[in-house]
Amino acid sequence: MQELLLKKISKMNRLLILGVGLLLISVYFLPIWHISLAAPQYPEGLGMKIWIDKITGSSTYDLQNINLLNHYIGMHEIVSESVPELLFMPYVLGFLIFGAFVTFLLPRVYLIVLGILNIVILGILGMYDFWRWEYNYGHNLNPDAPIVVPGMAYQPPLLGCKEMLNITACSFPSWGGIILFATLGILVFILWNEKRRMDVSK
Amino acid sequence: MIFIGLGYGCKGGAATAALASDAAKRVYVAPGEKDEVYAFLSGGFSGQMSVYGIPSARLFKIIPVFSVFPENGYGYDEETKNMLRTTHGYVPWDDSHHIEASMTDGKQDGRWLFLNANNTPRLARIDLKSFETKEIIEIPNSAGNHASPFATENTEYLMAATRFSVPIPQASVPIENFSKGDFKGTVSMVKVDPKSGRLSIELQILVPGFDYDLSHCGKGKSHDWCFFTSYNSEQAYKMIEVGASKNDKDYILAFNWVRAKQCLDQGKASNFGGEYYRNYLPENQPVISEKLSGVKMLQPKDCPGVMYYMPTPKSPHGTDVDPTGEYIVGGGKLATVIPVHSFSKLMDVKDKPEHRSGMIMDIPVLKYESTLAGEVKKPCLGPLHTEFDGKGYAYTSCFVSSEVVKWELGTWEVVQHLPAYYSVGHLSIVGGSSKDPYGKYLIALNKITKDRYLPVGMELPQSAQLYDISGGKAELLSDFPTVGEPHYSQMIPAKLLMDKAAKIYPLEENKHPYAIKNEKDARVVREGNTVRVYMTQIRSHFKPDTIEVRSGDTVFFHVTNLEQDFDIPHGFAVGGAPEMPNLLIMPGQTRTFKWKAPKPGIYPFYCTDFCSALHQEMQQYIRVLP
Ligand SMILES: [Cu+2]
Repeated sequence: MQELLLKKISKMNRLLILGVGLLLISVYFLPIWHISLAAPQYPEGLGMKIWIDKITGSSTYDLQNINLLNHYIGMHEIVSESVPELLFMPYVLGFLIFGAFVTFLLPRVYLIVLGILNIVILGILGMYDFWRWEYNYGHNLNPDAPIVVPGMAYQPPLLGCKEMLNITACSFPSWGGIILFATLGILVFILWNEKRRMDVSK
Repeated sequence: MIFIGLGYGCKGGAATAALASDAAKRVYVAPGEKDEVYAFLSGGFSGQMSVYGIPSARLFKIIPVFSVFPENGYGYDEETKNMLRTTHGYVPWDDSHHIEASMTDGKQDGRWLFLNANNTPRLARIDLKSFETKEIIEIPNSAGNHASPFATENTEYLMAATRFSVPIPQASVPIENFSKGDFKGTVSMVKVDPKSGRLSIELQILVPGFDYDLSHCGKGKSHDWCFFTSYNSEQAYKMIEVGASKNDKDYILAFNWVRAKQCLDQGKASNFGGEYYRNYLPENQPVISEKLSGVKMLQPKDCPGVMYYMPTPKSPHGTDVDPTGEYIVGGGKLATVIPVHSFSKLMDVKDKPEHRSGMIMDIPVLKYESTLAGEVKKPCLGPLHTEFDGKGYAYTSCFVSSEVVKWELGTWEVVQHLPAYYSVGHLSIVGGSSKDPYGKYLIALNKITKDRYLPVGMELPQSAQLYDISGGKAELLSDFPTVGEPHYSQMIPAKLLMDKAAKIYPLEENKHPYAIKNEKDARVVREGNTVRVYMTQIRSHFKPDTIEVRSGDTVFFHVTNLEQDFDIPHGFAVGGAPEMPNLLIMPGQTRTFKWKAPKPGIYPFYCTDFCSALHQEMQQYIRVLP
């Protein structure tokens, strides 16, 4: 085990790690997650995108219109400013990119393992945080709201689709999220590949 | 006798037309599907324009142009009331006849529509993004703006000619002086700014005192020319129906507008009086209404080569130019033939003395045969207007015999008679007046509808008939009632317009001086006896909601709709307001409701456009204090 962790990674995998670092930069410019809402009176659809540092509507005025819909049920207004995590998320991503470059310069398998752990931990924390925000938005409703359906909560799904009153809400990773998952996959592949190479050379 | 004889000639053909057997399927547009074509129909005496989908013939919208529209407050509110301002004062109605679509290189470009006001001479521009009237210009030195607004090939100019000749400048002269030359007509060249569409009167030309009826401009080789029909070349002024029908030939006036512009540039036009208003509605601001004074007037004698008269039998009505620009078809409404002039022949003979038969006010009169390309013999009774399918065929509407005749350009042979129900005036083919007809559908725009629909008292809706002209034989598909008199129409393929239609007014671009863009800025400001309410609307409330004013105050409700969602206008109405109807305020728009606070009491106001689940709660009160 120790032997594997201290092993210098192959030239090919080293380049792959550089690629991962560069690919991760694109996550600054791509939405991570996408929530779409379908309702009969919105045939053109309504949607919301979560970026590394902000929340926007899928098109210019979608967020305003989602908030207009939500105000009937007393949901708090969704604005980037109400989610403080968005302030430090860019640094977390920066840390991952930095880690990839460090690994490129110091090509050891233990750094790959560290990277995997980082992404898994951050992923779990991130998903939990996302779920927590969804829970709060969906449950902490204004008791004076015009429409109160007893026992009804409006928490969108973490992943997949869910019906809430007349609206179908779907939640899926967007390009940024897909890249983050892909990064994890590549790192696991490198680890597997290094282990296999070590086993073969024995 | 002639009518009986002709009637006989027409009947054989008329019997051949029938409803296409699968017509229902061909006009059916399934739920959620969209129509293929936009049809814009003028409303005649309604002063408005309506928008239909073709082939379904479903009515989508009425666009108010020259008439007030209580449904949405057009012509009443502080923003749009000045659109209807003229030198005669506020004129809240008109008689709207001809729709022209803007063109580039002779082809529809989907930017604007233009519409004339016949009664109080005016010309309007309708924007095809918002489907709203954006500009109205008054035409001075004119009475009865009928031969209008016909566009040149690149919409460089719109032509507008006098229907009722009058003394120019206006004067109280004995009416019998009409035949002594005291009455004149004018042809106006209204310039269209190619970028903004803004209108301005560049030049007027003083013409003999006939009644100028219709116009069309040339295309391709005839690009420089526009053609105007005239009637009453007899200059009758009593019992005109008899007096104006005496001459065997009246005229089509061939007008070289490029030459007219040249003469203007050479300083051959003189300053002339005439006051007029130009009312412009910038995007989301109140109308800018300017009173302008004076025009440049050109006399044909000072500009040789600018105009020629082509004799055309009997009181010609329509003058239509085929897509190639070669043929100018006259609609001699009392004639027994459809005369077709040749543009090439006109060019050939116009300056050869042997082809002239005289001069009227220094305008050469050419000989009928000299410019004639051919005549369609005994086509029908009362031929009026012609449009083209781009495949070598022309379609002429016939008022008296209630039919549309299809005939071939070049051979001048009638190939089909299509009955219309009844008394068809204009007809319209998709793109049929342009260089590039789309040619699939034709509508006949009828004046009488007896027995077609359930009776609804003395006045029946007027109607239009839809034909499919894509095959060898045109086929009747459907008929449908219309709003007002469907005088003329432009049909435009949907693909040219539908994706460009505006969905909202972006709030950040709202430059209205009394707009507020945030509920936090909602307030009531008193300036003496004037109260300004800066108000917002969003589903489903107003801000401020409760308001107090004093009896006798003039209250301006400046209402901004904060929505930025397609199809979410809000309404605004105050109980018992005597001068203002409803307002519909589009997403991102600001409009102003003016209200004189009446005797003390509580007055409700509310949203009139069913906007949301809580629409009925979108209501509030104004308290009027003593
Ligand atoms: Cu409302």
